[in-house]
Amino acid sequence: MRLEAKDIRFRYGGGSGARGGDGRSGWVLDGVSLSVEAGERVGLVGPSGCGKTTLAKILAGYLAPTSGSVLLDGAPLPARGYCPVQMIFQHPELSVNPRWTMRRILTENWTPDAALADALGLEDAWMNRWPAELSGGELQRFCIARVLGPRTRFLLCDEISTMLDAITQAQVWRLLLDVAEQNRLGLLVVTHNPALAARVCTRVVEMG
Amino acid sequence: MHDYSNNHNRHATVPALLVDELSVSFSMYGRGTAKADLDAIRALSLDVMPGELLAVVGASGSGKSVLAHAVMGILPKNARVGGRILYRGEPLTEKRLGALRGTEIAFIPQAVDYLDPLMRVDRQVIGTRGTRAAQEEIFARYRLAPEVGRQYPFQLSGGMARRVLFATAAVGGDVKLVVADEPTPGLGPDLCAKMMNHFRQFADAGAGVLLITHDVDLALGYADRVAVFYAGVTVEIATAAEFASGGAALRHPYSRAFADALPQNAFRPIPGRQPYAGGLGKGCPFFDRCTERRTDCASGDVPMRALRGGKVRCLHAT
Ligand code: SF4
Repeated sequence: MRLEAKDIRFRYGGGSGARGGDGRSGWVLDGVSLSVEAGERVGLVGPSGCGKTTLAKILAGYLAPTSGSVLLDGAPLPARGYCPVQMIFQHPELSVNPRWTMRRILTENWTPDAALADALGLEDAWMNRWPAELSGGELQRFCIARVLGPRTRFLLCDEISTMLDAITQAQVWRLLLDVAEQNRLGLLVVTHNPALAARVCTRVVEMG
Repeated sequence: MHDYSNNHNRHATVPALLVDELSVSFSMYGRGTAKADLDAIRALSLDVMPGELLAVVGASGSGKSVLAHAVMGILPKNARVGGRILYRGEPLTEKRLGALRGTEIAFIPQAVDYLDPLMRVDRQVIGTRGTRAAQEEIFARYRLAPEVGRQYPFQLSGGMARRVLFATAAVGGDVKLVVADEPTPGLGPDLCAKMMNHFRQFADAGAGVLLITHDVDLALGYADRVAVFYAGVTVEIATAAEFASGGAALRHPYSRAFADALPQNAFRPIPGRQPYAGGLGKGCPFFDRCTERRTDCASGDVPMRALRGGKVRCLHAT
């Protein structure tokens, strides 16, 4: 299985004359191509503002490219139903519904088994709590667990351990690598940390 | 802990900031609720000397941000605070803080919502003591385009908002203490380096810099010393060089585990989680995860003590 971005161009606002907030020309992405095979873990590094997050969002189907295409095994991403391409964000508090309990957030798409919940340290006592009652690190572990279901084929990880401490970061990545291996997931790993990229990726792509 | 407070004639030895066995608990949330436990701190001790950059590292929930809020006097009303906070040898009272904040004491908060949503960015940066020229200079240095000044906070990206916060703290004033609470998330490596250089310059010019960060790698390149927090207590104070050299030079079993888990070291995590400080009883907070624990660690007081030029809160560290 292969996830592909083909000649992606992107700018906000769509029309001509759109400008980024930093005053440069409007193109956030200008003809970017990239592919990730099942079982591969591709690191994506580059300076801030080079469009790494934008590219990940386009690959996940959250953003439509201005031109170019995203293909999953040669076909567009499914427009309805569960998307086999899932994204985990840097700030979990922005990617969960604040009015849902943790149990509902966790089990929206699948129900992780006890072993996985245990490996990620998801405590029973948290299940009936609201997102605002958990720390960022605790929330992030829920956000990871909820996308590790059997229907996920590709994971786009955007600085997902940037706000975790070193021990939790190593715990979370060890687990992610295990699941990725078992399920032959393809991973795109956006990170600013070269040591982390060297540890978790099979190859690294530089942008910008 | 040394008591520097009565030492008025040797100014170089008076810390810019001294935090002595600081504790914070929250009453109104009700006992034992997640949020109150999450934010409580039990015993934080550290000092920041003039000319020094001290980095505070530890898991989220270790008390890092509560420390910044306690120092800056912006804890919520239901917080009960114990211990002492001294700025240049004198207690940092609310009145003193009011006069010093934004002049001698610069605060770079974590939450970008400290920006006034209704005020144009350039006016916020100029504030009450900056000038238009100073604002333009600092914008140029942090690659903020002039038109950003005419925007409102909601129009900024996270990284831009953070740069604006820094500009707001850094413009004007005679800064003697910088308190930065997670200043770098959302910034790329180049801008992180720029901001860290700026903190280093503040320290080299004689200010004390307290840098609270989850980004150990980044901090180690610029810090003089590192304070390691765990479950609301300071477990170790070490030099940045000791920390960078990996686990062996460190004093506390948690600091060693922390260093060993870094991707450039073994990337090897110890099992288990940090407990909430608010839910802890007596004894060492690291007890349940410590491979070197003995029976006496579970009960008695574990005081901070001097060891090998640093400090450690462990009964059996050598
Ligand atoms: S006091 Fe005991 S349990 Fe705590 S870190 Fe030291 S050896 Fe381990």
